[in-house]
Formats: sequence, structure tokens, C-alpha cells
Amino acid sequence: MKSFTYEKADSPAAAASAAVRTSNAKFIAGGTNLLDLMKLEIETPSHLIDVNGLAFDKIEPTPDGGLRVGALVRNTTLAADARIRRDYGLLSRALLAGASGQLRNKATTAGNLLQRTRCPYFYDTNQPCNKRAPGSGCAAIGGVTRQHAVIGSSDTCIATHPSDMAIAMRVLDATVQTVRPDGTTRDIPIADLHRLPGDTPQIETTLAPGELITSVTLPKPVGGTHIYRKVRDRASYAFALVSVGAIVQRDGTGRVAVGGIAHKPWRVEAAEAELPRGAKAVSTRLLDGAKPTQDNAFKLALVERTLAAVLAEAKG
Amino acid sequence: MRKPSAFEMSRRNLLVGTATSVAMGAASRGAEAQNSAAPPLTTATATAPAMATVSFNVNGEVRALKLDTRTTLLDALREHLHLTGTKKGCDHGQCGACTVMVGGQRINSCLTLAVMHEGDNVTTIEGLGTPDHMHPMQAAFVEHDGFQCGYCTPGQICSAVAVLDEIKAGIPSHVTGDLNVAPELTNAELRERMSGNICRCGAYSNIAEAITEVAGRPA
Repeated sequence: MKSFTYEKADSPAAAASAAVRTSNAKFIAGGTNLLDLMKLEIETPSHLIDVNGLAFDKIEPTPDGGLRVGALVRNTTLAADARIRRDYGLLSRALLAGASGQLRNKATTAGNLLQRTRCPYFYDTNQPCNKRAPGSGCAAIGGVTRQHAVIGSSDTCIATHPSDMAIAMRVLDATVQTVRPDGTTRDIPIADLHRLPGDTPQIETTLAPGELITSVTLPKPVGGTHIYRKVRDRASYAFALVSVGAIVQRDGTGRVAVGGIAHKPWRVEAAEAELPRGAKAVSTRLLDGAKPTQDNAFKLALVERTLAAVLAEAKG
Repeated sequence: MRKPSAFEMSRRNLLVGTATSVAMGAASRGAEAQNSAAPPLTTATATAPAMATVSFNVNGEVRALKLDTRTTLLDALREHLHLTGTKKGCDHGQCGACTVMVGGQRINSCLTLAVMHEGDNVTTIEGLGTPDHMHPMQAAFVEHDGFQCGYCTPGQICSAVAVLDEIKAGIPSHVTGDLNVAPELTNAELRERMSGNICRCGAYSNIAEAITEVAGRPA
């Protein structure tokens, strides 16, 4: 691990401004992904700003009937909150499908959204990777690609976003609140937070340098049956090959987003309109333009079948 | 000839990695001594690592340390406080051998920096019990042969103690049927909740029996 200096931030604005004042600085909260990457020298910050002391650890009601989840609320706390379990069951389920008990006790809401891909070529510093070393090439393309993206990828990167929680947040139409280094704040719809790789796979979100997530807001509950179905190589403690997060209403309408197949949570509103007509109709629209590899073409069928299982479960 | 299995390869890498990290721990202590006059939070360079002070409570005792900022809680416990009960397995949060409790919650001590734990209460396997006064979970692991080589055992036991607290607190898991009903301590719940602790010897059945006994229910 490269050496770094360390400070504890005492206010959100101070944290954001320290991040641009100090060269090559990073925020650290749970640290479960960042420290892993720092040990491998994939992340090499020269300064860490510890934001754990900031007052972003509460889940509070909003005036319009939703919930504001502090950026530092731990994954375990969020999954176990009685309001989340009752009204946003999809979010509890997605969180509990991810990582291990130890990691969920540490990992934060904002950190979960910002975690990096688990592409093995990103992790292997002996391999070219446009995300880790821009312009060096992509060893995944033409490599072993069973875990990789089947849609929204580019000829510079075929990595996926690994978060389960982000799939639920996308289905729930969450918004992300941030503070920027100049002290101004803004709301970012979750759909606009993560980027597709394009020619710049190293730029994964629309956050500006030094911009700090302060909370994630859930709109008021929409009812319906909440289901998160994750298909993976082990029954527990593994990343998704494919995951489906859905809210299905009694009349068969609903919302659906898919994980494990793209560089961001994959949701296509036009495909959701097909929900009453079943899984095949939805997945055809959802996966329109997919470019799987020989290794991961199975994901196209797996999306349809997992969605079919979800819709069957929703019918009861 | 039989090809080496993935397990054998990772076992070898594990041993190499452990030896290297011990050597690095010694090197960083040497560097610390050389730079003892330097103020905390000096600029990081290749020759002078950034240092910081931290004080936390370990097993009921306040411990103050001056550390290279890179020191994980795991390395602080093992290399600086010489509490070697907590084990370094993968050092990347994948195996659970380093599990300790901070503020009563189980975490991977390899994936957190020691300097981030100012004022925290840390409980390691040494704090749960001693050979003469074992914690009920330690006694149950002995009773049920919940280990073979024993390397993952401190992490398994810390995790198991915390799992029972998590179920008591009503925290659901991936296999909990109804999110709005208090979870029960079933074998499926235990196995899901313990999935962050890998046992290469495969003592899982006996581990589950030990935990079930402590929880007061038949296996």
C-alpha cells in the first residue's frame, strides 16, 4: 500500500473542499472496497479524508412521505430498519443478498453506490485495463468473460457494476444528495449517477471531483410486491451473475431493474410497459442491442428466466 | 500426475503472503523508531511514512499507539499489541479469519484502518474468554469439534457470538422468510449468517452444532 496522510473531516463542506485542496485525496467511510483496492495499489490516494464523524448516519422521514437515508448509514442498519422492511422490502432484500455480515456492518449507503467493479482484469495489475490505467487496453475483451457485461458496454470496457443495493435504489427512483467543494448542494436522480463506460471507463459516475454524497432519498412508498432475486455461483457471499429487482402491482404493472449485466443498474422504462405480457416480452425490450460474448451469452436467457421466476412469485 | 488444486495454490499463496506481511510489519516498526521525532501527519514519502496516533479500548484496556497510517486494525492488534489470536487469512475481507467486534458489531479487521478507531471498544478472541474461563461459544466449539486446524476458529467464534446478538436484535438475513417477523435461529439462518467465515477444513457442520447449542436449541 502506498503511504498516505490522514485527516478526520468535521463538516461536509470542509470535507469536500479538503478533497480538492489536497492533491490525489479520497474520502473514506466504511473502507471495505477502498482499502482492498489500496492494498493492491489499484487505488493510490496520497491523502485520506475520513468522513465517519459527519452526521449522516440517520434515516429520517421526508415531508412528502419518503425517507432520507444518510450517506453513512451502514448496510446492516438500512436493511434492518423497520420502515425499510415494511415499505421498501426490495431494498432490504437487495442489501441482504450482498457481501457478508461483517462487510454489511461496515459498508455505507454512499460507499455501496460508489464501489468499483470486480472485473478480474481490473484487479490484476499485470493486465491492461482502461478503467485502472486509461488507454492501456482491455484484457477482458477476448479474455474470460463469464461475469462481464452483455449490454451498454463499449470496445474499451465490458465491466459490470457489482452493487445489489443500487439495483433496488434504481427501481425505487431514489435521488442522491451531494455537497460540492464550493459548498453548494444538488440532487442527482439515481438513473443519472452511474455512467456507461464509453471511451472513458475510468469515469464511473457523474460526481465532480471532491463532490461528496450526503444522503440518498427514497420517494414515498409505491406499494406492490417487492422481490429481489439474485443468481450466483454460490448460495451466499458471491456477486451476481444476474439479479432482478422488481416491484409488481396487483394489475401486473410494475418496475424492474437488472444487475450483473451492465456498467450501471439496467432499467428500461419502455420494457416495463411489457410487464403484463410476461417475462419474454419484457426481456426482449430490456436486452435490445445486447452484445454478449460467447462466455456470457447465457445471461440473456438467464435474465428472462429469472424475471419469469420473479413474476411467478409475485402472482403467489 | 495430479494437478495442484485451487485450494492448494491459495494455501501456498496464503503462507507466502503471511510471511511477507510479518516481515513488512517488522520493517514498519523499524521505520517508526527512526522517525519517532517527526510530528504526526507528516507528508508521506517513500522513506518517511505518514504517522498518526490513535487510542482505543481493546478487551477492556485502553491502548495508545503511534502508527503508520497504513496499519490496519488487524495489524495493530497482531503486530503492535501482540494479540495474535486474531488471524490474518486472505487480508482482503474474503475469508473472515480476522473477524473482531467493534462496538459489539463484527467486522473484518483487515479492511479497516487502526487510526479510524479512535475511542472505539474492540473485542478480540482474547477478550471473549481464556483457557481457564472460556466463553460459552469457545467451550461449545471444543465440545463439538468445531475446527480442525484451528486457523479460522477465532474469527468463527467472534462471528458466531455476534450472529446470536444480531438474531436477538431482529436483524433479518437473506434467507429470512418474512421481513416483518423476527428471524428465528434455524440451521439455514446460521449458515447464511456465517457465510463470511470460510473454514478450509470444512468443519461447518460442527460449527453450526456448536452455535446452535449456545443459542439453546437442539441442532
